[in-house]
Amino acid sequence: MNPIMMLASKASESIGASTMLVSNYVFPNDLHVHWSMMIVLYPYITGLVDGAFIIAALYYLFRVESLKPVARFSLLFALAFLSCATLPLLLHLGRPERNFNMLLTPSPSSAMAGFGYIFAVSMGVLVFIILFVYRPVLVELRKTSKGPLQFIYRTITFDSTDLSPAAMALDEKIIKFLVGIGIPIAAVLHGYVGFIFGGVKANPTWSTPLMPVIFLFSACVSGISAVILAYILIRRFKGRPVDHGCIVTMVKTLTLFFILAFSFEMLEVFSHTYLKTGYHHMVEGLLNGPLAASFWLWQVKICSVIPLLLLGVMGLMKLKASVYNLLAAVVSAILLLQVIIMRWNVVIGGQLMSKSARGYTEFHPEWFDKEGILAVIVVMSIPFIILWGLSRIFPFWAGENKT
Amino acid sequence: MKIQPPSPDMKKRSFLKKVLNGTIAGSLYLVFPMGSDGLEGQFPKNQMPPEQIPGIRDHAYDILDQEFAFIVDITRCIGCGSCCVADKREYNVPDGNYRTWVERYVKGFSDQVYVDAPNGGLDGYQNPRSDIQEEVRDTFFVPKLCNMCREAPCVQVCPVGATFTSPDGFVLVDDKRCVGCAYCIQACPYSVRYLHPVSRVVDKCTWCYHRVRKGLLPACVDVCPTSARKFGSMKDKESEVYKILKGPGVLTVLKKEMGTWPALYYKGARREVV
Repeated sequence: MNPIMMLASKASESIGASTMLVSNYVFPNDLHVHWSMMIVLYPYITGLVDGAFIIAALYYLFRVESLKPVARFSLLFALAFLSCATLPLLLHLGRPERNFNMLLTPSPSSAMAGFGYIFAVSMGVLVFIILFVYRPVLVELRKTSKGPLQFIYRTITFDSTDLSPAAMALDEKIIKFLVGIGIPIAAVLHGYVGFIFGGVKANPTWSTPLMPVIFLFSACVSGISAVILAYILIRRFKGRPVDHGCIVTMVKTLTLFFILAFSFEMLEVFSHTYLKTGYHHMVEGLLNGPLAASFWLWQVKICSVIPLLLLGVMGLMKLKASVYNLLAAVVSAILLLQVIIMRWNVVIGGQLMSKSARGYTEFHPEWFDKEGILAVIVVMSIPFIILWGLSRIFPFWAGENKT
Repeated sequence: MKIQPPSPDMKKRSFLKKVLNGTIAGSLYLVFPMGSDGLEGQFPKNQMPPEQIPGIRDHAYDILDQEFAFIVDITRCIGCGSCCVADKREYNVPDGNYRTWVERYVKGFSDQVYVDAPNGGLDGYQNPRSDIQEEVRDTFFVPKLCNMCREAPCVQVCPVGATFTSPDGFVLVDDKRCVGCAYCIQACPYSVRYLHPVSRVVDKCTWCYHRVRKGLLPACVDVCPTSARKFGSMKDKESEVYKILKGPGVLTVLKKEMGTWPALYYKGARREVV
């Protein structure tokens, strides 16, 4: 028995009454999974951007003072990842040299055609927020730096050294305005990514209005987790103290978003199970067959239930700051894994079902493909290199001794 | 009467004559333009294939006033695979990808439905399935191809307008514009699209638009020995598809619930067909 037949018969055993419909037949063009790991990475990367931006927005717009230590860092973190958001897409395209078609063609009927506009606006707003937030620091650095670096500082401060109270008050207003419009833009950026999947009616696991909502909340989860983990690790590495109050606020925010994300993820499965519409037998067979391990075991049990319990302990029990921070790092790491597994289960899992509604195909990642494991590692490393480069120009923790 | 063998000289002369004739004839083929701008350029006047879709040639083609339909008669298909071979040859379809294919349905007395399409039916179904344990109640073949949806999801989702519906109702792909994002492949409920491994853009069945514009039937229809595949103009009241579609017989479309309004109809499709 070939592996596909084994999968399908396994699935058909688990779906009982619907067995007659499953005969492990996959449409000949469905054997190949067209959207693979790069399309898993793309929503993951934009999600990290969104979540990190939320942290910055909470400080700059809603004045959550305890988040001050990470506010600027999360903006730079968001920028580093947003700069790489198009990388997986370019690697995925059959004709990457034609990518400008995608950015320039107005195609109002297509969800994907909005990408160029949404990405460009997000990038523009984020860059300007960073330039205004960092302006006082940059003006100071301009005075002390020399050579090319001074030229860079002069350029990115638009040759203005005005730090008068009136100028700073104007800056603050501009930052508030930019962050204010940045929140809906960030929500649209990631909600739209969810809609790209939610808008595919041919695929019964994707086609749900919940998809943008699920993507948005899981984006916040991954982004906040990434900022928590990166903040703790960088501070430890640099031998600087970790601000406990800041961690507590981030963990509380993370808890809220994770409860929402996990509830919606489960609501989607529950709705499918309860409504039993259309091709429900295929979705059920998928979750209990080919995705049994990656969905139920990894995404739900290991990477969702355990963090929920840990977050419960952290929220309800009195813990020592060091223990709390350690748990925060652990929970964040697990949740980062949860979100990427969730993306995998949606993107690749959804394509394992053939549109024949009768069978499942398989996906085996390759190492050296342009969308292979090595490419994934490279793509995920580049944002960190960019982040390091940004830290040379925009010091993460500048001026923290003064406050 | 005894036949004299030709002298060596005669043999040589006739051989040279034949070579010369062949060379001239071959050169003439090179002189004829081989462009796709009309049949006249490809065939000498008296060798043109006969018109298969009446009313296309000898008229200016009014692209805004055309309607075509494709009907697959499941009760007639014998699973010979000729259509798949014709299609593969017409377009040089790479192995493992299919613009059209033929599925084999086998139904047992337990109501279990067994479906397969080894190599897309390209080799024809020459042998029965050996892996079915129960007694077989019924079996039939289902040819699949582009449904030419009037509300085509692939056209809707294409971010660069490379997939489009022509004014005469054909869903086509502009291979000069396609970026190969595969969104249309995801959106097609019938899985008739694939990413061409060489051109790295999306390809799919076109109902042989290039042939239709020359008054010829799609390649698969042309070769079908049982008329299981039927194609014609709905503007021609004498066409077989017009008579079937306007007649009292029962026709169905695939995945009606998707709201895609296909122009591909199935006659005699059983409820098991997806």
